Amino acid sequence: MERLLQYALTGLSAGSLYALVALGIVLIYRSTRVLNFAHGDIATLATFVSFSLLTQHYPFVLALGASLLVGAGVGIGFYFGVLVPAQRRGANLLGMVILTLGLALILQGVVVYVWGAEPVSLPFPISDTKTYKVGAVIVSQLAIATIAAGVVGSALLYLLVQRTRLGLAMRATSENVMAAQTLGIPTRVVLGVSWGVASGLGVVAGVFLAPVLLLDPFFMLDPFLKGFAAAVLGGLNSLPGAVLGGLLLGVAESLAGAYLTIQFKNTLAFLIIIVVLLLRPEGLLGREFRERV
Amino acid sequence: MDLVESYRQDLALARTPVTRALLAALLVALAMFPWVAAEHFVFLATLVALYSIGVMGQNILIGYTGQISFGQAGFLAIGAFAFGHLRIWGAPFLVALVAAGGVAALAGVVVGFPSLRLKGPYLAIATLGFGVAVYQIFVNWEVLSGGRSGLAITKLSPMFGLSGRRYEYYLYVLLLVGFTLATYNLISSYVGRAFAAIRDSDIAAEVNGVNLTRYKLLAFAISSFYTGVHGALYAQVLGHIEPQIFNIAEAITLFVAVIIGGVASVEGSILGAAFVLLVPKVFADFREMVPIVYGVTILIVLIFEPLGLYGRWLKARLYFQLWPFR
Repeated sequence: MERLLQYALTGLSAGSLYALVALGIVLIYRSTRVLNFAHGDIATLATFVSFSLLTQHYPFVLALGASLLVGAGVGIGFYFGVLVPAQRRGANLLGMVILTLGLALILQGVVVYVWGAEPVSLPFPISDTKTYKVGAVIVSQLAIATIAAGVVGSALLYLLVQRTRLGLAMRATSENVMAAQTLGIPTRVVLGVSWGVASGLGVVAGVFLAPVLLLDPFFMLDPFLKGFAAAVLGGLNSLPGAVLGGLLLGVAESLAGAYLTIQFKNTLAFLIIIVVLLLRPEGLLGREFRERV
Repeated sequence: MDLVESYRQDLALARTPVTRALLAALLVALAMFPWVAAEHFVFLATLVALYSIGVMGQNILIGYTGQISFGQAGFLAIGAFAFGHLRIWGAPFLVALVAAGGVAALAGVVVGFPSLRLKGPYLAIATLGFGVAVYQIFVNWEVLSGGRSGLAITKLSPMFGLSGRRYEYYLYVLLLVGFTLATYNLISSYVGRAFAAIRDSDIAAEVNGVNLTRYKLLAFAISSFYTGVHGALYAQVLGHIEPQIFNIAEAITLFVAVIIGGVASVEGSILGAAFVLLVPKVFADFREMVPIVYGVTILIVLIFEPLGLYGRWLKARLYFQLWPFR
């Protein structure tokens, strides 16, 4: 029982980061119907910025802030610099998805060029060796910080989307772009902000994942695929679904690693995706979608 | 200007004498190539030929049928390892090649089943999952992959007194010509039109009497057959395979080749294959630049030239045909 709790807790801490990645993917998918394949690579670039600042002994808050700025900047820049011109020239949805793949390749190249392909470890101020005993389970400082980051990130996004005028505009835009435009909402700006916020969420996940994994140019690939799985599990158009999906996936993965086999731990995410897509394609909390011909 | 007067004429591979002459010149050039070029370039051309087959298969799926698949690396691995095992058991080259394609096609049908329910990005992720799963199975299951040392494949014994590289080149170019002709025939047949109808709107296609289940599965089967053959030919050229070769990067490379070469075009597939093989050679001293070149090219192609390199070629040809006028 204690072992079960212990593994569930480990799963929750990983799951809260998957949830952050999933939130970013869902936020972009909901508003532009684009699956952002560059989500992980934006986070990788930004995390390496943090790495550079932290190795030069700048304070953690400053490094995190710089990372967020870089991540959001790349997201917004890509939206206005590439997606908008492509849309003006009549690119279809598939084209835009491929454009994000192009961005992903460019960012990978840039990271390898600037920081090299050798794995490095991020000098993180919160240690994962300092532990606390809560009841029967042992929690590391890092796990607490990770869960806190997940909760704070989700809560801030909730406040932004549900409690502000900008959030209202975001919801209106994702509901119906034409109608939102007619009502005087500057939809391009709103969508640009969505790209920025989504990239920022990915960056937070990246910075908190870096101390667990080693930092190399492809370290976000795996969490990014897990975030995808989580988003599909929860429903690609539902923000609460992304959080639920992330946490479920994290716990399921941790338990499967503990009780079944560790080798196929990564395949589990894809098994979940395929089963969910076949049985309930709209996801756990997603709305059913009907197609118009 | 050429005027098409009958359906038969529209289907013809080369309509005008000029095209026929150019095609003949191309074939002669291909036949002469290994006698004038250095061995290194002959090897590169062999690689382009075998990649073209894989990219063509991927193009049938993405360009003609409109089903995005990121699982190509999985089919490559299945084809390569099936081929490897058959060769080790003593099967002749052609038998092993067809069998490798067949095994990959079977896997393609299995992966095709989710495609009956899934569309666009969902399918992309599901197939990506397939690619990762196959990779992990091969990495972890040493019986299949030959463990750390991988599988060693016996070299072909050259016939007709040719040197090994030249023999491989002729064999592969011949196979490429065969696959190219087959693809042309496929896309101008009922099957090809059914594929295009599914791409443009699957519901409208179904209403018009295209059996979606059959043709989606057929598209997956044909495409993975091509990819399986690509994997097998690649294994034969390398002479030694291990699962690490067939990672996600390989699937992305094939996808990039389709997009840059030109979606839904046979010639584009060959151009795309040449692009993804030549760029890493040109940038050999700056390896880290290769993904940047791919990425930037994708952005440029999608924004300015959605038909890819083949579209560029069409425009250049039109310019010369109309020459004094524009």
